Amino acid sequence: MADTVQTWGSTVTDKADKPGRLRLLLRRRSTVAFLMCLPLILIIVCLVVYPAFYSIYLSMLNKAQTRFVGFANFTFLMSRETFWMVVYQSTIFAIAAVFFKALIGLITAHLVNNLPVKGQRKWRGMLLVPWVIPLALSTLGWWWMFDPTNSAFNYTLRSLGFEGVPWLSDPYWARFSVILVNVWYGAPFFLIMYLAALKSVPEQLYEAAAIDGANAWQKFIHITLPMMRNIIAITVLFSLIVTFANFDIVQIMTAGGPRNMTHMFATYAFLLGIRSGDLPLGAATSLFMFPILAIAAIFILRGVRKRGREIG
Amino acid sequence: MSSLSRRSVLKTAALGSAAAIASPYVRGAYAAGSLTLGLWDHWVPGANKALDKLAAEWGEKNKVEVKIDYITSQGEKDKLTAAAEAQAGTGHDIMSHRDWNIRIHQDKLEPLNDIVDGLVKQYGPISPVAEYLAKIKGTWRGIPTTVGSQVKPCCSRFDLYKEHAGLDLRDMFPADEKKWDKAKVDGWTWDAYVTSAQKLHKAGFPIGNPLGQTSDAVDWVGGLFNAYGVVMVDEKDNIKINSDATRQAMEVARKLAEVMPPDVFAWDDAGNNRWLISGKGSGIMNPPSAWAVAKRDNPKVAEQCWTHPVPRGPKGRFVGQLPQFYGVWSFSKNKQAAKDFLTFVSQKNSVAQLVAASVGYDLPSFKSMYDLSTWNDVEPPKGTVYGYPPRGDEQTSITGAPARSEVGAQIYNQAINTVMVSKFAQAKEKLDDVIKWAERELEGTLRA
Repeated sequence: MADTVQTWGSTVTDKADKPGRLRLLLRRRSTVAFLMCLPLILIIVCLVVYPAFYSIYLSMLNKAQTRFVGFANFTFLMSRETFWMVVYQSTIFAIAAVFFKALIGLITAHLVNNLPVKGQRKWRGMLLVPWVIPLALSTLGWWWMFDPTNSAFNYTLRSLGFEGVPWLSDPYWARFSVILVNVWYGAPFFLIMYLAALKSVPEQLYEAAAIDGANAWQKFIHITLPMMRNIIAITVLFSLIVTFANFDIVQIMTAGGPRNMTHMFATYAFLLGIRSGDLPLGAATSLFMFPILAIAAIFILRGVRKRGREIG
Repeated sequence: MSSLSRRSVLKTAALGSAAAIASPYVRGAYAAGSLTLGLWDHWVPGANKALDKLAAEWGEKNKVEVKIDYITSQGEKDKLTAAAEAQAGTGHDIMSHRDWNIRIHQDKLEPLNDIVDGLVKQYGPISPVAEYLAKIKGTWRGIPTTVGSQVKPCCSRFDLYKEHAGLDLRDMFPADEKKWDKAKVDGWTWDAYVTSAQKLHKAGFPIGNPLGQTSDAVDWVGGLFNAYGVVMVDEKDNIKINSDATRQAMEVARKLAEVMPPDVFAWDDAGNNRWLISGKGSGIMNPPSAWAVAKRDNPKVAEQCWTHPVPRGPKGRFVGQLPQFYGVWSFSKNKQAAKDFLTFVSQKNSVAQLVAASVGYDLPSFKSMYDLSTWNDVEPPKGTVYGYPPRGDEQTSITGAPARSEVGAQIYNQAINTVMVSKFAQAKEKLDDVIKWAERELEGTLRA
């Protein structure tokens, strides 16, 4: 019998005893996480990182893409007054649109949050519609309403006895119109983010404030806003990036006109790079957004981290 | 039973090699299997079918499988596709290129001198605008197409012109060039155009020419500038916009802007079409597309339309021309077949079918082909588009010329001429300030 008695490990070889390196690697949670993220990483590398570096490379070539010219394209752009007008317009567009999107999103989120739970879902769904419709399609709808000659808005205004508005033919009205469409499209994103943030504010804080005699405004200023600061900062940053890079709305509604006074970085880059055939200059134009957004991102994310540490 | 000896195999191989070396020109098309084309998607319903038919006919005869992808120019998708193919170094064998795209992709396009020189021998002189855009340093990098090539003459409501401006356009420009009265034709000047526009505006039927930054706007303003002899930048990179000619042309443009709808500054290329079709407008400058859509959507307007030459200025009568081209990529796998197909599709017989399918919209680049019957036959009213191909003293032009085409492309695409008019007429800036602004902008285009 004795020879049939087995001790631990007596029938297992040393090699089998140690799990394979691959198996060990796979057992690590970080490895699994990495593998699961790999498809996304590959997509980002191929569709974001590679084009980004390629556009940096492109922006340093001459027009025929045969010679390295360093920062010549950037210095050329900085010497053009039309380019500085584009910088000014992009800034105005992004700041105005993000401000109104945030404001409307905040107000609407409060309104929806105070609705009875039963009807809230319907309102949430309806208010998200502008964000869900493909942007090019909804912008075409707006363009028809602003149409220079047969504007639906002007038809209504005139039938009420008012003068028509030169929505797209006057440069300042045209700027207003493209910002309006951007606000209409982007406000639901703020609404949904702020609504989620509002729902995470502990009810006890409001109850305590009510006991202390705080009114609605005081509750908003001293409880709601501080609790939402991080989400506001992150949504503003995200929206700022997307709005600065906006292309569809301006291209469809005004194509940068009249008199180049609605051009954004993206539409101006398209004009120079694709329509005029100067890809390096177009790439340089689009890259000008990068430092502006990087600085904004540094400040906003620094604030978010700081508040995170304070809470922690 | 024949035996296959080593000696007989060697003998056959040697004979075959000798025949291959000694054989003269072998048509590549016979040797190749397929040809791919990325072509502009025609807006006229059924016009693509004419090209499909020609391609099928040629493919069958030459045993080549021809595959055509029609790519819309909406949102510049055709230009984006061409840019992507040029960067990637792969794609279709033949690609259609609008306006300045031949120059943009010149380094990646096959020389086509043999084809164009042959066509010139057959059909006579070619459009100078086509030559300016596609013949680069003596080499044709694209071949002007019939499909999509256009000019932008006047398309006017002859009933309104007669009633409110006292001009009988059908009498001035009857559908037979031989019957044109020189005195009447010469009297059709930019001054006469302004006077008639003022009268029509007063009557409540203004003319409508766009003043935005799209090609229709750039083209008609370019024709006006050329008629007064305005040179923005010359062949030697000299900026010449600060001239009396510019001041005269700008005054004409301002007077016209005053009597056109205020929305013209925001019109895209469809704005003028819609204006005419709506029945509110008395005239535009456009290919017969507006008339063709009116025929479908508002036939009563179409019945009153007459296409005729643009007005004349002190330096001549210039109509804006926008040709399209076919280019063969240098990375094409079937260059010979591509060249054979392009030669076939450029023959007058093929051109006639394409012009007929497009109801006269497509315009060949050879003046000798302007006698095709389509322009006489199309109606209502009969002869309405006879004046579409440049006739009489009308010459074709393009904004940006005579500057180097690299510079011209920037001038055209940045619509410097229409922005000038807009600054002067809409923003009420001083003419001298506008000209100084234009000088600075033109200086920027010279970077090219």
